[in-house]
Amino acid sequence: MNRRDSLKAIGFGTISATMLLDACKPHTEKLAEDTSNKAGVDEDASRLPNEIERDKKLAAEKFFDEHEMATITVLCDIIIPKDARSGSASDAKVPDFIEFIVNDMPHHKTPLRGGLRWLDLQCLNRYNKTFVDASNAQQIEMVTEIAYPKKAKPEMQQGVSFFNLMRNLTATGFFSSKMGIEDVGYVGNAPNKWTGVPADVLKQYGMEDVV
Amino acid sequence: MSDIQIKKSSTVYDAIVVGSGAGGGMAGYVLAHAGLKVLMLEAGPYFDPAKNSSQLKWPYESPRRGASTGTRNFGDFDGAFGGWDLDGEPYTTKDKTEFYWFRSRMMGGRTNHWGRISLRMGPNDFKGHHIDGLTDDWPISYDDVKPFYDKVDRMIGIYGTVENLPNEPDGIYLPPPKPRLNELYIKKGAAKAGVKVIAGRGSVLTEALPNNKDRGACFFCGQCGRSCKVYGDFSSSSCLVIPAIKTGNLKLIPNAMVREVLTDNNGLATGVSYINKDDMQEYQVNAKIVILGASAGESARLLLNSKSANHPGGLANSSGVVGKYLHDSTGSSAGGWLPQLMDRKRYNEDGVGSIHIYGPWMGDNKKLDFPRGYHIEFGGGMGMPEYGFGWGIEGMNGSVPGRDGKTKEAGGFGASLKDDYRRFYGVGFGMAGRGMAIAREDNYCEIDPNVVDKFGIPVLRFHYKWSDYEIKQAKHMQETFQSIMHEMGAIYDPMEGPETNYGLEAPGRIIHEVGTVRMGDDPKKSALNKWCQAHDCKNLFVVDASPFVQQGDKNATWTILALSMRTAEYILDQRKKLNV
Repeated sequence: MNRRDSLKAIGFGTISATMLLDACKPHTEKLAEDTSNKAGVDEDASRLPNEIERDKKLAAEKFFDEHEMATITVLCDIIIPKDARSGSASDAKVPDFIEFIVNDMPHHKTPLRGGLRWLDLQCLNRYNKTFVDASNAQQIEMVTEIAYPKKAKPEMQQGVSFFNLMRNLTATGFFSSKMGIEDVGYVGNAPNKWTGVPADVLKQYGMEDVV
Repeated sequence: MSDIQIKKSSTVYDAIVVGSGAGGGMAGYVLAHAGLKVLMLEAGPYFDPAKNSSQLKWPYESPRRGASTGTRNFGDFDGAFGGWDLDGEPYTTKDKTEFYWFRSRMMGGRTNHWGRISLRMGPNDFKGHHIDGLTDDWPISYDDVKPFYDKVDRMIGIYGTVENLPNEPDGIYLPPPKPRLNELYIKKGAAKAGVKVIAGRGSVLTEALPNNKDRGACFFCGQCGRSCKVYGDFSSSSCLVIPAIKTGNLKLIPNAMVREVLTDNNGLATGVSYINKDDMQEYQVNAKIVILGASAGESARLLLNSKSANHPGGLANSSGVVGKYLHDSTGSSAGGWLPQLMDRKRYNEDGVGSIHIYGPWMGDNKKLDFPRGYHIEFGGGMGMPEYGFGWGIEGMNGSVPGRDGKTKEAGGFGASLKDDYRRFYGVGFGMAGRGMAIAREDNYCEIDPNVVDKFGIPVLRFHYKWSDYEIKQAKHMQETFQSIMHEMGAIYDPMEGPETNYGLEAPGRIIHEVGTVRMGDDPKKSALNKWCQAHDCKNLFVVDASPFVQQGDKNATWTILALSMRTAEYILDQRKKLNV
């Protein structure tokens, strides 16, 4: 069965199948009526030229230095390590995502840069080493002090705020990656026919009568 | 630049339509199909969802994973070119007004990204004065508009259920999408809380639209907000403007920012002047009829900027009402999560990109401290993970037992945290009230005497205050949300309180702004007659949300479409009688 037939087979008509497949082909020509479609001639027809230009510029920017990136990478993998189901945050290129996102959203820059330095100073005072140079056991000991907002000591509060942000960015970066989406089990974004909650699920939650 | 000149065309069109959204699109569609030669001017680029939509892209195809930007306020994949702020096109406020104005500059306007929630206004929304004396009546009733709602339903397609509710008129419906699991919890909880919840009403083709070969049926990706490549939902671009262009009778000029409506010595409209954003030259084009569908804000701005000896206060403004009675829907929202749904089974529940269920207003104002009402839009489930996914887990994972039955310490890291994201996936839900705000003369937009945009066009200045009516309505929304969430067995935050006006969004935020060029029988109190024809200028019509006298709690688009169709048919009739 080719893709057009399989689309028809799952229950939506010839028009949708044909239009969807045609729409997903690359476009190089413009509509005849279109006298000024800048969007249509760019590499991505869904974006405006100024957006494409801005994204290219952002992708080339580097905010974090090598040491900061190394620290971010260690933290990301402590937050989301490899397990039986999927790889680690750095396997999913989360550090690169964080580099991009701070350039896209500059309000994250100071909390992260300052937080990284705060963390290094804590480690230098405790272990006479920066966070990345500390032993794995020391890194975990340090992170444990700032990873639990409700039981963290008051003097650790700045570290808690920093770690909350790192945790949130790492999770968002990981679970919106291809690896993370497969891990969490999102199975949408594909043509289908929605016919309601599956019968076994309705039964599981006692919702058979609510529909 | 010394090479600027005004290029005057000698062609006289039957009609010029300014704007290509719901109102302009429908007028252009009807007139072009009737054989009129129509020129449509759009301030943004050509946009065809089949080619220009980001539908079915994955989050990782966006470097920011779908997060919003200054140019994509509703996310990187959203179908709007434009937003709250446009480069070089400011608007201003006065008297500490907080007002936000969302503008899409693109063919199809804001219909490319809208929620497709398609509600008819009811009899009491058109004629509500008898209820409490707070609102002015429209010069037309629901019965006048009903035939056009019916035609729009058949022509464009809408899903829903026939309910026979008092002020929530039924339409001609395709089958609605079934509720998602979280929405069943909402339905059950709402029923216990005494809140009626019914199937949603949205302009999405849940089945093929009878007698239409140009549009595909919905394939349930839930991404209407990106605009639809198979035209399975309503966008003015796909459903109205492109078909109108195909008749050969409508010419669209994109990137044409209209400056003013031109009039002759008799005060009649002769055409418009515009700046072409591509070559930055000035143009004048002519037509027998001028139709404004530029949006409630832009149409008022155009009229106020079109001053002449015959129309010293701006065109169609001898009454002085243009810009006044501006009103947006009220909005307040809440959300929470369902611990019962942790570790839920995975399946595709993207559904449609409009509402699956909603709660129509059923309240009795005699027992309440505010007038009129609101409806509630609901949603939730296993959505596509994008920027923001997992955010705030430290506020969730300490409040329920872990897999071993013991309550965990909130926050954390490592394998156990990674597992929590899986466990909590798909437990969230949200609800948002959308209510009727009373149209008031002292909420208005006007021309800022000091400020122009980059094209030299004077800009709008807004003056808008919510009254106690709207604030008390938002309070009632919040209380209702709390009782529904309680009955659902959900975990949620305390309600928004007086310090935020109970979560009441600033005016403009709901993007239902209407009323700036209102219709009426009395030319002293209204700018347009009951056909949306200017009292002062018989060949000038307004077909967007400007003519609304008083919006109900219903989202505006379906009424814009019905009224624009009605006006376009009136124009055809008047042309036959040689009146315009």
